[in-house]
Amino acid sequence: MKRTTFESVDRSRLPLPGPARPLTFPSLEKSVLPNGLRLWTVRHAQVPLVALLLLIRRGAASDARGKEGLAAMTADMLDEGSGTLSAIDMHQKMARIGVQFDTDIGSDATVASMTVLSRFIEPALSLLSDVVARPALREEDFARVRQLRLHRLKQLRDMPATVADRAFLRLLYGEQPYGHSPIGSEAALASMTVDDVRGFHHTAIRPSDATLIAVGDTDHQEIARIAASAFSDWIGEAQAPPAEGGSRPERSPLTIVPRPAAPQSELRLGHVAVPRDTPDYHALVVGNTILGGQFVSRINLNLREDKGFTYGARTAFEFRRRPGPFVLQVGVQTAATVPAIEESIGELNAIRGPRPVTPEELSLATAALTRGYARNFETAEQISRGAMQLALYDLPDDYFAQFVPSIERVTCADVTRAMAAHLDPARLTTLVVGDLDAIGPELERLALGAPAVLGADSF
Amino acid sequence: MTLRFSKHTLANGLDVLLHEDRGCPIVAVNIWYHVGSKNERPGHTGFAHLFEHLMFEGSEHHDRGYFQPLQGAGATLNGSTNADRTNYWEILPSNALELALWMESDRMGHLLPALTEAKFSNQRDVVLNERRQNYENRPYGLAPMALLAALFPAEHSYHWATIGEVADLHAVTLDQVHAFFRRYYHPANASLSLAGDFDPDDALALVDRYFGSIEPAERVPPIRETAALPGQTRIFFEDRVELPRLHIAWLTPHMFGDGDADLDLAADLLANGKTSRLYKRLVFEERLATDVSATQNSREMAGYMQLTATASPGHSLAELERAILEEVAKLGAEGPTDDDIQCGRVQAEAQFMFRLQTVGGFGGKSDQLNAYNVFLGDPDYFDRDLARYHAVTKASLSEALRRYLDPDRRVTLSIVPQGRMDLAAADSTQVAVV
Repeated sequence: MKRTTFESVDRSRLPLPGPARPLTFPSLEKSVLPNGLRLWTVRHAQVPLVALLLLIRRGAASDARGKEGLAAMTADMLDEGSGTLSAIDMHQKMARIGVQFDTDIGSDATVASMTVLSRFIEPALSLLSDVVARPALREEDFARVRQLRLHRLKQLRDMPATVADRAFLRLLYGEQPYGHSPIGSEAALASMTVDDVRGFHHTAIRPSDATLIAVGDTDHQEIARIAASAFSDWIGEAQAPPAEGGSRPERSPLTIVPRPAAPQSELRLGHVAVPRDTPDYHALVVGNTILGGQFVSRINLNLREDKGFTYGARTAFEFRRRPGPFVLQVGVQTAATVPAIEESIGELNAIRGPRPVTPEELSLATAALTRGYARNFETAEQISRGAMQLALYDLPDDYFAQFVPSIERVTCADVTRAMAAHLDPARLTTLVVGDLDAIGPELERLALGAPAVLGADSF
Repeated sequence: MTLRFSKHTLANGLDVLLHEDRGCPIVAVNIWYHVGSKNERPGHTGFAHLFEHLMFEGSEHHDRGYFQPLQGAGATLNGSTNADRTNYWEILPSNALELALWMESDRMGHLLPALTEAKFSNQRDVVLNERRQNYENRPYGLAPMALLAALFPAEHSYHWATIGEVADLHAVTLDQVHAFFRRYYHPANASLSLAGDFDPDDALALVDRYFGSIEPAERVPPIRETAALPGQTRIFFEDRVELPRLHIAWLTPHMFGDGDADLDLAADLLANGKTSRLYKRLVFEERLATDVSATQNSREMAGYMQLTATASPGHSLAELERAILEEVAKLGAEGPTDDDIQCGRVQAEAQFMFRLQTVGGFGGKSDQLNAYNVFLGDPDYFDRDLARYHAVTKASLSEALRRYLDPDRRVTLSIVPQGRMDLAAADSTQVAVV
């Protein structure tokens, strides 16, 4: 095409969006297989692929005390062979059908997932059932995998962001179920046996509290038929996860994990906040978007775009089945450590009332959340992850359709009230992973008392 | 697996690629500028990437943050820079397509009046923090700097990493930034790709309205440089790590060149996933290593294959080096099995299908169309790209291995814990990385 044009654009104002094309939300078809496994499917035939996801509602928070890391260890062992198949053989079978297999472990869940060309749906489901229902859990594989995880733990000590994440959970929750990251601790892994893994598989990885989600170029009846056969010998009731137990540690206002000569300090500020089923969920989602949930959030505009202290700063309420943490996280150049903490605390205080959310901020955050919602429903994997949220947190079937109106109902006053109720600077724990020699004296300025010093190998 | 699209070139030289996909009410807007760190010169490294940051700081008619209006319309957006190109994209509801075109055309046509010293110095600080976070304060994070410097001679444009050197970043001036924009950021050095929920005729008319009047500058002549390793280079540096790590790297064919697909599959057969030869031997059976991986890094002028392994406690990098070279030689001599070739084909098909799932973002359809258009001048390359992988045979793969992964022409980099120079592979020279 060859055309010559002159500037025919009005650059005095930004174009307004036209009417939105309505989004049709994926509709879930549900059934229960004879063994109690829930089956949810969504037809999404854009590309000849199927995303399969098996959700087990037991994760690292189900680790017994002294067995921190067991759920993750078990998840890691699932694809180490089945029956007489070795780990290598099993992965060879996956490779032959081009499958991408993953296991994820969080506090509340273990997830096994694969995306597969739809013509291979039958062998893929058969492999998924081998992994979840019939893992070999052999002694020699256990020894090898445990050794790799112990090496990994050792290496993690050199990764400042991971050190900060792990230490922060410990400071917030102590020995409670959310007090450790899934990989656990060296001491617990060292004392673990293959029988622990077998026991966890037997009591937690059971169909009674599991959901198989299939999204893609397929239909419910076909998946139900194949899955009923593939998972037929997987039976049993999952035991309830351990009760909360133990008390939270006393608050330590300021802690430092020394990392000599570090060019940056990794900072974490936060406290235990709310569970996923809080009635303030939508107000907090909007509030967090404004505070630290997007690029144009207060905290990122302040610390990155105004001060240049960091490559990026963010905040999150981690909504879980039990009260999860609120965390502000940022890596800043060493010299900016104390000013960055001061600015951060200032922002947390401000949004609770002194500098409440403005109508402009509210409308930007609401628009970002609602207008951007369609993007979450493009691929089969995205839809399967969305459906997983419903299964994990017992959300209603019309949750997707309700999300936008629920966000739109949130007012500035709702946000201020919710932030004031669930964000409490007086309860903050502040953690620094950084160069103690360089910043120690300056930390005194914060009036948070002398920092407690924690070794990178002590949690 | 064909992807229907149309290609148009505006009078000012801007390539426009349009792919209609009505599956979801969203559209991806993706722009590539054919400029990367290979267009920098020694002493001025890090420029292309720093510039990418400045593209988000506002333009003449919207001299405020680039993110606000787009996020308010429901967009997600990002950009990235590598050695060969810089890309920018938005994915947004289809009713906001015009907004994205307004924003992208304003920063293509009208950036400089808004580009001030204050923004520039703020983003330089941000980039220095990006460097600290992703390279300096990360275990093994400076490996790319050491490898690239050893693989490519000082005068070669792939000699430095895209993030740049700290001293160079401090030395950049605002005038240089302006000159860089004028030379590289114009329609005749760009390719705009749209994918998603729109009518192609309407979209083309909109694109022409917003971009058609932007003046082109002179076309940027392609850079053509070659590199060859004369022999072995053996280097090491100390880092804050627990376990020593070995990288072995070779120069390989350029992107889409003869042997590129063979070596891509060879990387998987050697070291990616539990079925790979080196995982089986080093991690699973002999337990000499805690992890192994391999990548064929395909670039416009040349590629490099990189094999990486971390030693298990009690084992040496010498053991890893020996085993790696043995497996490379063995695969070169014996070639892959029929099963390997079959798996490689199915995996390539699956990988291509995964990419076709999404209209945008890094690696989605709009990005892929731009990649083919910018690097090959021909966006209609999906089928032929997949065919490259289907054409790999036992003979072609082993030949590529023998030809390119020559044990006598390679770079061997050891990264060892501080104070443990003794753990470096034999005959290595210490290098300074900053």
